[in-house]
Amino acid sequence: MPVASGARAGAEAGQAALAPDADTFPKLLLRNAEIFAARAAIRHKDLGIWQAWTWRQVRDEVIAFSIGLAELGLARGDRFAVIGRNKPRLYWAMCAGQALGAVPVPLYADSVADEMAFVLAHAEVKLAIVEDQEQVDKILSIQDKLTAITGIVYDEPRGLRDYDHARLSSIDDVQGRGRDAVASDPARTTWWEQQVAAGRGSDLAIILYTSGTTGRPKGVMLSHDNVRISAHNGNAYDRLDANEEVIAYLPLAWVGDHIFSYAQSYDAGFCVNCPEAPETVVEDRREIGTTYAFAPPRIYENLITLTMVRMDDAGALKRRMFHFFIAVARRWGEKILNQEKVPLYARALYRVGDLLVYGPLKNRFGLSRIRVAYTAGEAIGPEIFRFFRALGINLKQLYGATEASVYITAQPDGEIYADTVGKPNIDVDVKVTDDGEILFRSPGVFLGYYKDPEKTAETKTPDGWVRSGDAGFFDPGTGHLKIIDRAKDVGRLNDGTLFAPKYIENKLKFYPNIREVVALGDKRDAVCVMVNIDMTAVGSWAERNNVVYGSYQELAAHPAVYDMIGRHIEEVNRSLAAEGVMASAQIRRFLVLHKELDADDGELTRTLKVRRAFIAERYAPLLTALYDGSQEAAVSTEVTFEDGRKGTISARVRIRDIRPAGGAGAAARENAA
Amino acid sequence: MRAPAGNTMEAGDLLLAVDNVSLAFGGVRALRDVSFDISKGEIRAIIGPNGAGKTSMLNVVNGFYQPQQGSITFKGATRAKMRPFEAARGGIARTFQNVALFKGMTVLDNIMAGRTLKMHRGFFWQLLRHGPALAEEVEHRRRVEDIIDFLQIPHIRKIPVGKLPYGLQKRVELGRALAMEPDLLLLDEPMAGMNLEEKEDMSRFIVDVNNHYGTTIALIEHDMGVVMDLSDRIVVLDHGIKIADGTPSEVQNDQAVIEAYLGVAH
Repeated sequence: MPVASGARAGAEAGQAALAPDADTFPKLLLRNAEIFAARAAIRHKDLGIWQAWTWRQVRDEVIAFSIGLAELGLARGDRFAVIGRNKPRLYWAMCAGQALGAVPVPLYADSVADEMAFVLAHAEVKLAIVEDQEQVDKILSIQDKLTAITGIVYDEPRGLRDYDHARLSSIDDVQGRGRDAVASDPARTTWWEQQVAAGRGSDLAIILYTSGTTGRPKGVMLSHDNVRISAHNGNAYDRLDANEEVIAYLPLAWVGDHIFSYAQSYDAGFCVNCPEAPETVVEDRREIGTTYAFAPPRIYENLITLTMVRMDDAGALKRRMFHFFIAVARRWGEKILNQEKVPLYARALYRVGDLLVYGPLKNRFGLSRIRVAYTAGEAIGPEIFRFFRALGINLKQLYGATEASVYITAQPDGEIYADTVGKPNIDVDVKVTDDGEILFRSPGVFLGYYKDPEKTAETKTPDGWVRSGDAGFFDPGTGHLKIIDRAKDVGRLNDGTLFAPKYIENKLKFYPNIREVVALGDKRDAVCVMVNIDMTAVGSWAERNNVVYGSYQELAAHPAVYDMIGRHIEEVNRSLAAEGVMASAQIRRFLVLHKELDADDGELTRTLKVRRAFIAERYAPLLTALYDGSQEAAVSTEVTFEDGRKGTISARVRIRDIRPAGGAGAAARENAA
Repeated sequence: MRAPAGNTMEAGDLLLAVDNVSLAFGGVRALRDVSFDISKGEIRAIIGPNGAGKTSMLNVVNGFYQPQQGSITFKGATRAKMRPFEAARGGIARTFQNVALFKGMTVLDNIMAGRTLKMHRGFFWQLLRHGPALAEEVEHRRRVEDIIDFLQIPHIRKIPVGKLPYGLQKRVELGRALAMEPDLLLLDEPMAGMNLEEKEDMSRFIVDVNNHYGTTIALIEHDMGVVMDLSDRIVVLDHGIKIADGTPSEVQNDQAVIEAYLGVAH
């Protein structure tokens, strides 16, 4: 088996070198307080204004916080939970705990209490540091299952005044206790410095629970070395330095956010910006002008959907101009970005387009100053990818895993292809087994799954290779890795045709009207899909086309919506037909689901990936109907509301047939049938 | 934002008393000899069937209507009638049954408008927007941002109010009333026309306002579940007459109230 290795392509120039003596994050903080001193380390938009903290101020805040946590009894080896949105003080909490040798366990803030109970109990957390009353309430509601927990620390005091404060304290209180302790005994600071100095790079730094497309979440243990070296190599790969600006808005519990908003910032010294509210991210990003971005495809898809919806409502002149120049960009934009040879008139036209359309659009997206933007976490639709590249945004693909501290492969500048995930990162070795599974080995490779040696042994070979669970191959032409799908998801139709569900789903998901798709076909006669409409896009379309509806369910079942989705599927079939291998895997039947797939109902993971097996089980009557030729099926499902209450939605869902497009393979099948 | 300086009242003290108030429009007698009081720091509800005189009562309290008989005692000063500017200066703010915002102005500007009474620099100073006037505006803006944060509406700060859904407009209206830093906040059907989720949000905000700012609240509301949950004390009106007054459980079990709401066989 050939092994591809990431070279250290002389990228170290102009970089803070990997500091040999600063081998933990608290040590990096102390280093940054010296070398970056008065530069902004983190900002938070609060009361409408960006409030900034310098590296020195962050150090002082973290010291007070850390000593306060020690006063509460947090000690080396303890685990503590961090739950909330991206707030400076929650990032400080991680470093404050790590300074004492304790291990942060970040959780998804929008998880319901029951989901949290498993992780909190499994990790035996001693303290929970949370954002606000909502999270406090969740923990209090499950506290009898949490035997190890001794206290809750919150950031936002609102609504908590009348709570029993015996085991509850605010971050202000904790920092106050820390400062008091230092005031009454100055030796406390020396003691703290000794605690930091006692930390080793090989120590456990963090446990990140993977959201798990199957089964219970697993706690991925990463050491300081894992996270730090991986983050450093990531910075080196793209020449990121202290001048970058990033916006932190992804879940704290996602490894992407931990590397990007915490580890890489500590390594390179750049500033992390916390938005005011989840709804203001786009606006906040625009104000900051981020230079480096990292997001799952869903975020980019949303930007396109929003733009297309707005353009549909714009005046005729604007709409024409937009579509004309977008066509220009699609034709020439990528070539110009890749510095290929382009005729002069195309270059001129693109310039005008930049002035009139692309520039304002990039400004709207908050991507005017972007140097490197990554999409990761899931495969991105090629159309979506090209759209951003065409506008002149350096969007690249990255392939990563929690078990690798993110970085496995990434696309180097100038070598961008819509259907690859690039070459191995610095210090990473990648190989593909004979059954097509991708294996990797790197300094970022995790220590193991917390309290699960069995799973660890299944995933990690004795010589340090990790099974990714993804199927892929190295493209001989470019030397880039290509991912087909999850290894276990790639299947075959009954006639032996290759069936890659994600490939088909992504093609459909490019249409702004389609939010989510589940493609079925493994060990079956034909491909069928279940479609989830996008409420924003279809709602706006309905308004313009006088389609009257009272609810999501009614809109989803509307014949006109079925017609529209049907047309999209026919287009996809035509594009599949043109691709040879996939021509026989065209979509034969479809239905539009009566409810939005939701993470609260377990249909999506917290990182918003569809859980196909779970959906197949939950909507079994629909599945049967898709394959037995019925025109309609009744289904009734339990749903969980935001506040945790449950209810039932029942509906009759109609099913439509789709004629496959003519391609050699498809025509042959038609004849045979 | 703290309670305004010079306010030495303690929670539980009498904030407002309405004594034997009667109000008539020509031959229609909207209120007949009604008396009730509001203590500092409580949430007081006024309920009753349609046309019972609830909104009239609020209008009397904030001086919009002037009663023919009776007196109003607010913060220890007794008057035969309250005048609107006295009510506003004295620290009474209100929201309306139908949203009454400046539709073309942004959320921020609408809430800033609530601070007009607190601005001390003259018109021309403000026009110049320099020196003390600027410093004053910055301070007002800070307080308004505090309210925007409190009501969780930073994402719509710069959106014209007319473009917002109804539930959010109601929240903005509450924000504008809060900008006055009122001692007494009158809410006229704060949850009218809302769906369940919006109602839950609004209830939360009302309790939080009471809790966090210590604002005394008098509210009219039709949703009995909400009223029973939120209020410390409830006064019940029917055809302009007070028929009950007490804690939620007392009122719930009161025969006169049950008859007023369910009707009675004659």
